Amino acid sequence: MTAIPALSVEPEIQSTRTFRHVLSVIVRDPLALASTIVIVLFILIAIFAYQVAPYPQEGIGRTNAPNTMLVPSAGHILGADRLGRDILSRVIMGARPALIVPIGVVVFAVLIGAPLGAIAGYKGGRVDDVIMRITDLFLAFPSLLLAMAITSALGRGLQNAAIALIISWWPWYTRLVRGVTISLRERYFVEAAQAIGVRDSVIILRHILPNTISPILVQATVDFGTVILAMGGLAFLGLGTQPPAPDWGLMVSEGREYILNQWWVSTSAGLAIFIVVLAFNLLGDTLRDIFDPRQYR
Amino acid sequence: MRRLEFILRRLLSSIFVLIGVSIIIFFLARVIPSNAAALYIGPKARPEDIARVSKQLGLDRPLPVQYAIYMRDLLHGDLGTSIGTKRPVLTEIIDRAPATLELLFTGMFLAALIGVPLGVLSARWQGKPLDVAARTISIFGVSMPAFYLGLLLQILFFRNLHWLPLAGRMSTALRFTNPIEPITNFLVLDALLTRNWVALKDTALHLVLPALTLAAYPIGLIARMTRAAMLEVLEQDYIRTARAYGIKDFIITYLYALKNAISPTLTVIGLTVAFALTGTFFVEIIFTWPGLGLFTVRSLLNVDYPAIMGMTLFAATAYVLINSIVDLLQAWVDPRISLK
Repeated sequence: MTAIPALSVEPEIQSTRTFRHVLSVIVRDPLALASTIVIVLFILIAIFAYQVAPYPQEGIGRTNAPNTMLVPSAGHILGADRLGRDILSRVIMGARPALIVPIGVVVFAVLIGAPLGAIAGYKGGRVDDVIMRITDLFLAFPSLLLAMAITSALGRGLQNAAIALIISWWPWYTRLVRGVTISLRERYFVEAAQAIGVRDSVIILRHILPNTISPILVQATVDFGTVILAMGGLAFLGLGTQPPAPDWGLMVSEGREYILNQWWVSTSAGLAIFIVVLAFNLLGDTLRDIFDPRQYR
Repeated sequence: MRRLEFILRRLLSSIFVLIGVSIIIFFLARVIPSNAAALYIGPKARPEDIARVSKQLGLDRPLPVQYAIYMRDLLHGDLGTSIGTKRPVLTEIIDRAPATLELLFTGMFLAALIGVPLGVLSARWQGKPLDVAARTISIFGVSMPAFYLGLLLQILFFRNLHWLPLAGRMSTALRFTNPIEPITNFLVLDALLTRNWVALKDTALHLVLPALTLAAYPIGLIARMTRAAMLEVLEQDYIRTARAYGIKDFIITYLYALKNAISPTLTVIGLTVAFALTGTFFVEIIFTWPGLGLFTVRSLLNVDYPAIMGMTLFAATAYVLINSIVDLLQAWVDPRISLK
């Protein structure tokens, strides 16, 4: 048993080294650094929404009739909507369902998909067949359409939309991690662990999964953006967050009727989605450049 | 012979996937909603009505029997009746498909027309301002929500510039003054075929903004993929040899290199067609485009489950077919694939 800790050192050293490497590259790349700052800023705003929003009560839905369709001004930088609610506050409060929930969706999708992929790739044979056939079925649908159908079946609302997105997204991670695992299975540190009789579950948990973190991270970073778009889409269609709660996609939809005169109602929330997704995509590009094995050829 | 085997194997696996897809859809529509019969009648359903409709719809039978009946009807082309419109779902799909397909084809044509050259130029001038500009366009394309881009385009081209119509497929007045004779139900094509020039201009102008909105995401993806594939090809020895022979740069880039970069580009175009299918839902909502998307979204919101089942099955089938076609095309372009 004494040999096991010594073996598990290899991936651990690798991952801390990778982490520092990633940080140093991001800091040197102005675009990636700016993206990271934007993302962190938006997440902080979402977390401290009640403290940051100028009118938090209007943000979560209280109407304020005298301010109906207020033009942007010093007191209301982004103006007010048809119920007189301060739009800046709505955008800030809307960051929770529109930004934090999609991040949670991706995390859950990884937690479900990655272990299944590792098991399928490591075990091979019948287990692999069963897991991958199920995965293929879910991947046979356009993800967003599947999410729409599931949300409709479960009933509209933020929570069900999030569940639907998790169900539609985990198979991508199963497929990804399975591929990585198959290439890891032949590596010496795995064979060595097998040779000294380490249990399969321990090998998967301690030796395989830690080494799939980099590709998962690249995929997840891009997926944060994609799922934010998907969640915004569900909310826009009326399947996600229900009024009067704030949500970026829902705000764009609510402001649609007024775009010809009061264009500011729907443009701010849409801009928020665009900026965050752009930041995740730019960061994802940088991460892909770091981890893309082809550059070492 | 090997190629024929590859095609057959690919088609066979598609059929298995589609059977699985039908089971998932059946499960979604019949098992998860607690009382489909109540949904069928509406909010004022009385218990005795629910019992009657349950029996009528066969919801009281065991699930495997229900699935068998559903599959039997499906194979006879019966997708059930929409609760919302009280018309057969298949009829709704057939009536609305041309509008969506017109939008989808135009959008994807635009996407390929813009995306591929963008990716090629980007790779040819790697690191130069042209590359930076092309990559900016492509990353903006994949980061922009369609439902937001559509609004921005409406604000710019309708509200501010008055260049293009706000929504719909055709101006209401023209429906009466210059009606289009339906041939294919692709309005632009029909107007062209019947030499209805006034209607042609009108329908074409109506198509511009929706098609552009739909194309934005595919343009980004196609440009990225083409760039990556081209960069890989441009490094190879035969390109260097061609350069050494003094062959014109234009011919090397567009003939020699693009030919070998086309396989990954095809894959991504296929994938984005499938992606754009969902994209049409949003575009149709924004531009009140009377196609499948408007119908599907209304069905989703009203839990019109026969319509949802029909549309999901239709879209998933289209998705699986497109992916199979892309695989076969790839095997045709690159024979190494079918030999694997």
